[in-house]
Amino acid sequence: MNVVTPPEKLTPKDFATDQEVRWCPGCGDYAILKGVQKTLADIGARPENTVFVSGIGCAARFPYYVKTYGFHTIHGRAPAFATGLKLANPDLDIWVVSGDGDALSIGGNHLFHLLRRNVDLQFLLFNNEIYGLTKGQYSPTSRQGTRSPSTPWGSLDNPASAAVFALGAGARFVARGIDSNQKHLPGVLARAHAHKGTSFVEIFQNCKVYNDGVFENFTGRDVAADQQIYVEHGKPLTFGKDGEKGLRLNTQTLALETVVIGENGVTEADILVHDETNKMIATLLAHMDPPTMPVALGVLYCAPGQSYDDEVTDLVRSHTPAEKPDFNKLLRAGRTWTVD
Amino acid sequence: MSNTALAEKPTDPSQRETVESAVVRFAGDSGDGMQLTGGQFTLATAFAGNDLSTFPDFPAEIRAPAGTTFGVSSFQINFGSRVIKTAGDAFDMLIAMNPAALKVELGGLKQGGVIIADTGSFGERDLRKAGYDSNPLEDGSLQGYHLVALDISKLTMEAVKDTGLSKQEALRCKNMWTLGFVYWMYGRDRKPTADWLIAKFGKRPDVAAANVAAMDAGHTVAETMELPDGVHGFHVDAADIAPGTYRTVTGAEALAWGLAAGTHLADIKMVFASYPITPASQLLHSLSKMIDHNVVTFQAEDEIAAACAAIGASFGGSLGVTSSSGPGIALKTEAIGLAISTELPMIIVNSQRAGPSTGMPTKTEQSDLYQAVLGRNADSPLCVLAARSPADCFDVAIEAVRIAIKYMTPVFVLTDGYIGNAAEPWNIPDINDYAKIPVNFRTDPEGFHPFLRDDDTLARVWAVPGTPGLEHRIGGIERDYDSGNISYDPGNHQKMTDTRFAKIAGIAKDIPDQGVEDGNTSGKLAVVGWGSTYGPISRAVANLRAQGLDVSHIHLRHIWPFPENLGDLLKGFEQVLVPEMNHGQLVNVLRAEYLVPAEGLNKVSGQPFKIIEIEDAIRARLET
Ligand SMILES: Cc1ncc(C[n+]2csc(CCOP(=O)(O)OP(=O)(O)O)c2C)c(N)n1
Ligand code: SF4
Ligand SMILES: [Mg+2]
Repeated sequence: MNVVTPPEKLTPKDFATDQEVRWCPGCGDYAILKGVQKTLADIGARPENTVFVSGIGCAARFPYYVKTYGFHTIHGRAPAFATGLKLANPDLDIWVVSGDGDALSIGGNHLFHLLRRNVDLQFLLFNNEIYGLTKGQYSPTSRQGTRSPSTPWGSLDNPASAAVFALGAGARFVARGIDSNQKHLPGVLARAHAHKGTSFVEIFQNCKVYNDGVFENFTGRDVAADQQIYVEHGKPLTFGKDGEKGLRLNTQTLALETVVIGENGVTEADILVHDETNKMIATLLAHMDPPTMPVALGVLYCAPGQSYDDEVTDLVRSHTPAEKPDFNKLLRAGRTWTVD
Repeated sequence: MSNTALAEKPTDPSQRETVESAVVRFAGDSGDGMQLTGGQFTLATAFAGNDLSTFPDFPAEIRAPAGTTFGVSSFQINFGSRVIKTAGDAFDMLIAMNPAALKVELGGLKQGGVIIADTGSFGERDLRKAGYDSNPLEDGSLQGYHLVALDISKLTMEAVKDTGLSKQEALRCKNMWTLGFVYWMYGRDRKPTADWLIAKFGKRPDVAAANVAAMDAGHTVAETMELPDGVHGFHVDAADIAPGTYRTVTGAEALAWGLAAGTHLADIKMVFASYPITPASQLLHSLSKMIDHNVVTFQAEDEIAAACAAIGASFGGSLGVTSSSGPGIALKTEAIGLAISTELPMIIVNSQRAGPSTGMPTKTEQSDLYQAVLGRNADSPLCVLAARSPADCFDVAIEAVRIAIKYMTPVFVLTDGYIGNAAEPWNIPDINDYAKIPVNFRTDPEGFHPFLRDDDTLARVWAVPGTPGLEHRIGGIERDYDSGNISYDPGNHQKMTDTRFAKIAGIAKDIPDQGVEDGNTSGKLAVVGWGSTYGPISRAVANLRAQGLDVSHIHLRHIWPFPENLGDLLKGFEQVLVPEMNHGQLVNVLRAEYLVPAEGLNKVSGQPFKIIEIEDAIRARLET
């Protein structure tokens, strides 16, 4: 008789490699690595079945530090590599790690198609609003006016919003977290993992060396309560130190606005309740920017649909004959003739 | 599977002129269905037991304006009772469905050749569109040829008038009328085409019946009309063909089957990732239908994604294959470097076309040899193979799979637009005659690291995700020889670079010595070819050897690494001539490798070599 021994429970440490971590001291990537290792332990991930895939950048060094399978590909192309890997073996549990440049500049096309296809994997975008690895040039998420070696007078182009892009591309799971918020991040990552299809998670990550403090306007101790809103499905969208603030839908402008409960006749009943299956709400939340609106964190959108790999698997299954087909028959299908 | 026996006896050969071979070119407007017509003539000719070779030549425009010279679509076939190696130089018979076709193709017709022209399409407007001031069918300018001028349009309309088709639909049967006529000229059996028409138009029996009626009518007219002086029926004896079951194949089909045969022999899944481009798309189409043979196809968002998906698939334990033409291959370059450095099996098929840049997408060329052998950043060796003919694509593809897996390396397969579209009869092999391709996925964690190598082949282990105890992390950053971990150590980089070279160079020990196709193994002149120049070179060399010239033909399948004996072989010849459809690529690699005084013979017109062009070049070197 076969005795099935349940796999031993792994701890975050079991997901750490012996490789020396090469990020700068104080880099937000350390915190994310910790959060991911904790998540892997929490969800009971099997190292042999888990693959971390990345492109190029500081963030993309990530796979070397996670004791699972890992592949450090080329700049921007991790989504394409991961799609091929998933087609080869749909049972693998794949995490893609990418930076804002990797995901939205050179790899923007691939990310768009990954999301559109809804390949079943977790896509983590470490947004530090800068090109870290190449020493600090501005990136597609850098705010206008960002001074960098390539924009000494300040950047001119409009930044992209990663979450808005993802929703536009057809992502069915969009969430946000902050590197330093270790209480929150593992929960978001676990939700991403539980979702079938591409789970897109934007993580605000501090680049200590080239863009230190760029998120202070909403992560700073003194402003966090008023500039962040942690959204939860089925709960009213409130924030502020005592939860006194909330988001209300202005039905005239079809926009969200910040209100204070108890002021100007606003009651709790006026506050919009978060529905993570509602794409319009998710889009409105993703568009919010400080200082006029808080930054939305947590699971903005979750509306499962069939994943591409599942569809491929179903199609293959429906065409696979019970017995291995005779290759000679394939070669002889159609018009043939015999010479004696 | 249908075995078509020769049901209908062709008309009495004794009343026909027997010829050893013939070249026929069907030419018409893009909308005239010349490719279909040629395809049917090919089948009927194969069933008649002739050897044959075809050359479809069509415009890049999907629907070029009707009647224009750039909208001309042609199909050439060379068939005979002897071995046929090319689609033929000058043609014996030209079918011109409109003035533009006549204008474009007349130059290729032999003096005294037969022209079959549809006078119904030679109206004033048609002539003007083709740039004729007067009607060539009437102004005497075709003296020196045998002209069969018939109002095919009208005759077709009459033949199908009882089928109830609209005028437009009825006129579309013109090509079958013409085919019936040409069938009589060469004593071909109509039945396979009739069967095919009935199957093709299964839902429109009226259309099927009309097409069959048109074909029969064309045949009857040829049989009963008084043909102009000097025009008569021909007979081509069956060729002496090895026994076996045959089919016609194009290069694209043979390549698809060969790749699938390779993964079948290796017993692994193929993940084929590609982005459409002419003339490579055909491979994607063919493989997409093989879903029941453990083939998954993926139409990626671009060529970069296709290459990366293939690499991902190979990391996952499938064989990743990607395919494109020159411009798309250029996009894959960085990814191919990743496959080289992570030492994963991968196949990259390049269906070469005329370039640079967009060039001439539907025209053939061999100008990506440098790109395959050398075209990457850094020292990045890989294996390059080239197919010489449509049927050869099958074996080359299997060889590519074998090398990719055995040596854990990307392998380039070079084919071209000509091979891809051209068809030839193929003695269908038995898959059981091919050696299995062993795949050894590592499972033992004991002593494992991802860059453990086989002592003999230097191939690294293939360890796929999902295997307990083999978790490892690799990527494009240089890896330590002894652990596979990231390494910036100078000595290690030297060692890894040397090892990557030695691994690819070592493939030379595992491939056959280079043989001589025709002629002696030393002598005055060796003609060295690769890829689709095989046909014209072999015919030219055979012709001139029959005339007593000391010339040999050497044809390379293994472009990189070269077979071990190639240098010595070439040094046995006083002169080496390398015909290529490029500005000189293999010739320079040979010169660089072996310091031999090889000379190029180069043609970049988008058209294959003519036999005569190669003969002339050989004569110029041997008859001084
Ligand atoms: C084809 C290619 N182009 C450019 C580079 C150089 N490069 C490496 S990382 C990078 C930007 C990385 O920025 P991001 O993705 O935001 O990652 P971060 O370093 O900030 O984590 C660039 C431009 C490269 N490695 N490959
Ligand atoms: S450059 Fe910035 S993102 Fe990169 S490791 Fe250093 S702190 Fe982190
Ligand atoms: Mg960045």
